[in-house]
Amino acid sequence: MHLMYFTEQPMSAYPAEEGRKRGATALMFSNKHFDPVAGSRLYNEYLEHYRLAEESGFDGIMLNEHHNAPFCMQAKCNVFASILAAMTKRVKIVLLGNPLPLADNPVRLAEELAMIDMVSRGRLVSGFVRGGGQEQLATGVNPAFNRERFEEAHELIVRAWTQEGPFRWEGTHYQHRVVNPWAVPLQKPHPRIWIPGVLSKETIIWAAKQRYPYIALSTAIDATKKIWELYDSVAAEAGYTGGPENRGYLQRCHVAETEEKAMANARQFMWMQGEFTGLAHPVWSSPSGYFSPSYRKAFVEYAVGRGANPRAAEFEDQIASQQIIAGTPRTVIPKLRRLLEETRPSILGFWCADGFVSNADTQTCIKLLGQEVLPAVREMGKTLGLWSPFEANAPISIAYAKGPTPVAA
Amino acid sequence: MSATATSLPDATWKTEEVRVAGHPVRLRTSGRGEPLLLLHHDIGTPERLPFYDALAQHFTVHLPSHPGYDGSERPAWMRSVRDMAVLYQLLIAERGWETPSLLGLGFGGWMAAEMASMAPRGFRRLILVNAMGVKPARGEILDQALVSYIDYARAGFEDQSAFDRLFGADPPTPQLEQWDLNREMTFRIAWKPYMYNPTLPHLLSGVSTPALVVWGRRNRVVPLECGEAYARALPGARLAVMDGAGHCVEVEQPEALMRLVLDFVAGG
Repeated sequence: MHLMYFTEQPMSAYPAEEGRKRGATALMFSNKHFDPVAGSRLYNEYLEHYRLAEESGFDGIMLNEHHNAPFCMQAKCNVFASILAAMTKRVKIVLLGNPLPLADNPVRLAEELAMIDMVSRGRLVSGFVRGGGQEQLATGVNPAFNRERFEEAHELIVRAWTQEGPFRWEGTHYQHRVVNPWAVPLQKPHPRIWIPGVLSKETIIWAAKQRYPYIALSTAIDATKKIWELYDSVAAEAGYTGGPENRGYLQRCHVAETEEKAMANARQFMWMQGEFTGLAHPVWSSPSGYFSPSYRKAFVEYAVGRGANPRAAEFEDQIASQQIIAGTPRTVIPKLRRLLEETRPSILGFWCADGFVSNADTQTCIKLLGQEVLPAVREMGKTLGLWSPFEANAPISIAYAKGPTPVAA
Repeated sequence: MSATATSLPDATWKTEEVRVAGHPVRLRTSGRGEPLLLLHHDIGTPERLPFYDALAQHFTVHLPSHPGYDGSERPAWMRSVRDMAVLYQLLIAERGWETPSLLGLGFGGWMAAEMASMAPRGFRRLILVNAMGVKPARGEILDQALVSYIDYARAGFEDQSAFDRLFGADPPTPQLEQWDLNREMTFRIAWKPYMYNPTLPHLLSGVSTPALVVWGRRNRVVPLECGEAYARALPGARLAVMDGAGHCVEVEQPEALMRLVLDFVAGG
């Protein structure tokens, strides 16, 4: 198994009442409410948590990014990846990931990632995402071409990593007279690419076609099983058998010394609706052209307040569905066993805390996970045969399924 | 609809599909007299409006669905409002309409202005009603990406009861889905810069087509200063400002708008 630590890097130090008054805290919630003094403190606390996670035995640190919102302070995951590349020694740096459509110059992304890979001595896992709906608006990028840009930028980055330059790129959304980045990745043929997602079938299908591991972000167990059914069926069509090495899962999991404390802290996962999109404004989070056409009816009804958020669920429901796990190590381990037995992921991210959970409680959570939970999960992984892409030495993509297996150069 | 509808003579509309640059364009036609190309808003258009019927008493009105709008086939290759304007130039050539007049509503007004700049002698008259297309110097063109489908459509109306009569006080979900599809197509061709072409005012200065610019004084979608800018850019254009009207003056005050059009035609 590959066990990762994750935090959304919440900016809890903002006036919550102002946010509730506004009704939505992403995109248009004024940054006058951002406090850089608190921001500086929090960034440095999060760095300490990452350091502690490595010391506590995690295999990887998962990073992400969002824009214009207090639910995630990390506006550029490559910045933290760069810091971790030098600050940590052992953990994989797992970016889930860079929002490709937001990039107007994917070649620059390819360069940054190559630099991170070299500085970290080949510890980069370079995941890619489409970016949330409101991120398209925060960066002025056309949501109607989101998926086209994602796919073209991905192709360009992989080419920039693997094809000797200079070459020319005349695409639909990107044109580069000269592609010849001096920095190329240390890992050959290129760093592993993992694809996280929540809802869109198109992304699952695309990841399966590429043979990239798909990381289900805190979906309910039944929904996760459906994701793997779809992934495996596409894999079969593509000529390989899907299995644990293709499966990742991000688990909200808060551990404390007592059940009561764990449950109280776990409620913070519902901070700002408990979504990746924060306290979302339905119009901004689902701009026209961004979401899957098969969900059009559900999203337009949500956008005018006629339907429920297709992504939201109550705290109690999320506890029942194990989208949130909370307790002492003794009580969370059986729940994690159920998750592993029923959905068989080999990549497991632990999202430990959100919102106002204190620095001390977060550190306790990381330590308890390291001391008691991770060893138990590793044993389960062995028993269940949940070999990670690294353990299984899985091909990095369908293009390299028969070719060279990944090595550090 | 409103009492205005029943007071206007009946008109017969026929619908056909015309292939232009290999793409099927849905075209509705009614009336008699000189050809007039009528270009609709970004939110799409009902099949008929009293104003359209009134126009058809004086012109042969050609009302295309902008490709990609109102259920018409999306040209996946299209990237700009100028592309749409060229497509309509090709439609005119295909149909053989001799120096038609152009009447553009809102987003359709932008298309009409682009068309006029491409063919300075190609049109009999140019009528721009609350047209997008030029950058306001002080205000802003309302960003539909930040407001719901209903709120955006409602922003076009100074008189909310006119919206209610046309779309219903609580428009049904199929209408929302259609607005979403229309919005997606608008994003595909007008995302950035949003709702204007910075070169258009320069190009319009060479257009001598007789032009009428009509604006609703209470327009909350495209500020009145854009109408003033159009009137400045187009040599010899006249600006008519309608009190108490918003962006959708053709729905709110069809008779008053029709009078302005007829006065303009009589004078031109």
